[in-house]
Amino acid sequence: MRGIPVSESETGSFSQRKRSSSEKLLDKSFKAVAISLAATVAFVLFGIFLVVFSGSLESIGRYGTEFLFTSEWNPVTDKYGAFTAIYGTLVTSLLSLLIAVPLGIGTAIFITEDIIPEKARYLIGLMVELLAAIPSVVLGLWAIFIMEPFLRPFFVFLNNNYSWLPFFNTEPLGPGMAPAIIILVIMILPIITSIARDSLNQVPIKLREAAYGVGATRWTAIFNVILPAAISGIAGGVLLALGRAMGETMAVTMIIGNSNNFSWSFFSPGNTIAAMLANQFGEADGSQVSSLMFAALILMTLTLLVNIFAQWMVKKLSLKY
Amino acid sequence: MLPNRSDMQKAPIYKMTPTMKIKNQMIQELKTCVSMENVTISYGKQEAVKNIFCDFPNGEVTALIGPSGCGKSTVLRAINRMNDLIDGCTLTGRVLFDGVDLYKPEIDPVEVRRRIGMVFQQPNPFPKSIFENIAFGARVNGYKGNMHDLVEKSLKQAAVWDECKDKLNESGYSLSGGQQQRLCIARTIAIQPDVILMDEPCSALDPISTLKIEETIHELKKQFTIVIVTHNMQQALRVSDKTAFFNAETKKGESGKVGYLVEFNNTEDIFNSPTQKSTQDYVSGRFG
Repeated sequence: MRGIPVSESETGSFSQRKRSSSEKLLDKSFKAVAISLAATVAFVLFGIFLVVFSGSLESIGRYGTEFLFTSEWNPVTDKYGAFTAIYGTLVTSLLSLLIAVPLGIGTAIFITEDIIPEKARYLIGLMVELLAAIPSVVLGLWAIFIMEPFLRPFFVFLNNNYSWLPFFNTEPLGPGMAPAIIILVIMILPIITSIARDSLNQVPIKLREAAYGVGATRWTAIFNVILPAAISGIAGGVLLALGRAMGETMAVTMIIGNSNNFSWSFFSPGNTIAAMLANQFGEADGSQVSSLMFAALILMTLTLLVNIFAQWMVKKLSLKY
Repeated sequence: MLPNRSDMQKAPIYKMTPTMKIKNQMIQELKTCVSMENVTISYGKQEAVKNIFCDFPNGEVTALIGPSGCGKSTVLRAINRMNDLIDGCTLTGRVLFDGVDLYKPEIDPVEVRRRIGMVFQQPNPFPKSIFENIAFGARVNGYKGNMHDLVEKSLKQAAVWDECKDKLNESGYSLSGGQQQRLCIARTIAIQPDVILMDEPCSALDPISTLKIEETIHELKKQFTIVIVTHNMQQALRVSDKTAFFNAETKKGESGKVGYLVEFNNTEDIFNSPTQKSTQDYVSGRFG
């Protein structure tokens, strides 16, 4: 291969003025490998979607949108409706988000500001991250044996005093959606906290100085300058956590009660799509498999929508600085 | 609480000062805006600048010059307690503002910064609209008047109104670097401080923007006391009334350099007839 002509005197002390053809080939093959690996990811995603979709065709044909709004789930009569699971998925993930977002962002602010000494902040950050390292089955066990009995008096209190609300109108007897929400809070808190902390740390120092330089107090600086500058990253983290909450299976299955009887109440046993899939796939046959596939398709679509929304929101909210 | 400067200036001196001695002292205080008494600033255990004695005169421009790493910016940031934001930064000695020690425990650093504004080396507008950039500081300081008038007045004073007037609702970052820096100056003017500190305000700017900012400084001098750090000696000569020359020396057995004040005098004297050899060398461009 001929490139730029190189004079004798130049090649004297620099041996790499001319790149060897093998090095150029290496560049090209690296590019090809990178493209094919990236394409594999897309193919796998597409393949999964295709399998789930084709598997659920029978159920889609039989129930259509009715599947989304009926709550009967009866393998004996072969009648399926996923409303209980969809309601459970949405309620547990959204409510857990509602609790975890202020907690997580608050923690992130606390450990990025110099309110307490650096070492203590580091320790708190480390603890939160360790929370993410606990296997979900362990959290599930803990929820069954310790957390739920511990929280039950509080649930009973809510039931006694606010039972006029449909969400609190059944007696808390053990597994149910409320403890599932709390366990989800614990599971998504590290995601929100660590992403919010990283976003807050990335806010340039000059922006903080600008805020303090005009005489802003710490709180004004945080709420009017630093948080808005970090909001796109934080929003991305929150939506990532929402995706995690919707798809979380093990711990939720262990504490939610796995009942397909619909109830508005958070204290009655319920179900989520993920928990239902994990519980029933083993023994399912015939049209039940197809209905489960349909439910999986709904879950996939929901998380996909959340992710698309997350991307859009991050783009919309990001501030140029 | 910090004394209210405008009250002090209005009050007739003879009424407040029955004896000659106190009267002299009062005049001295009015002439001197910020005064450093044996100030030593350290980062952790490492001293950055040592034993600074310096009186910044009221209503004048003081330039701080010196080679990199001699602690000019550190000294500047000590005046409005900006160094408080840096972990492990400590100060000994006294920094007096109208005779009040700014580092007394009962002094609130936020209040200090409301009275002593700052313009930074890199233009750092908020990622908000141009209008909001000015209004934010004013609101933080509890400004009660007409916000539109204040924004217009401040932008005019900082000589950036013509560039901004048609796009007050656009982001501050839509402006060029020089315009951003003048927006930051306008933001500082808007909170009506007594002193404006400028930390190499032109180092990121082209000569034309620099000239505009220097013109702005000449205008602002009528109203504010200004302390400016600059690497550009021509700039110090053009804008300042007084100049402080800092230098740094490496101490034996230590890795870092410790800055100290070499000479503080009228700008003309510093540039034309310095008393110290190192000042002479520096201003004539022989080192640094």
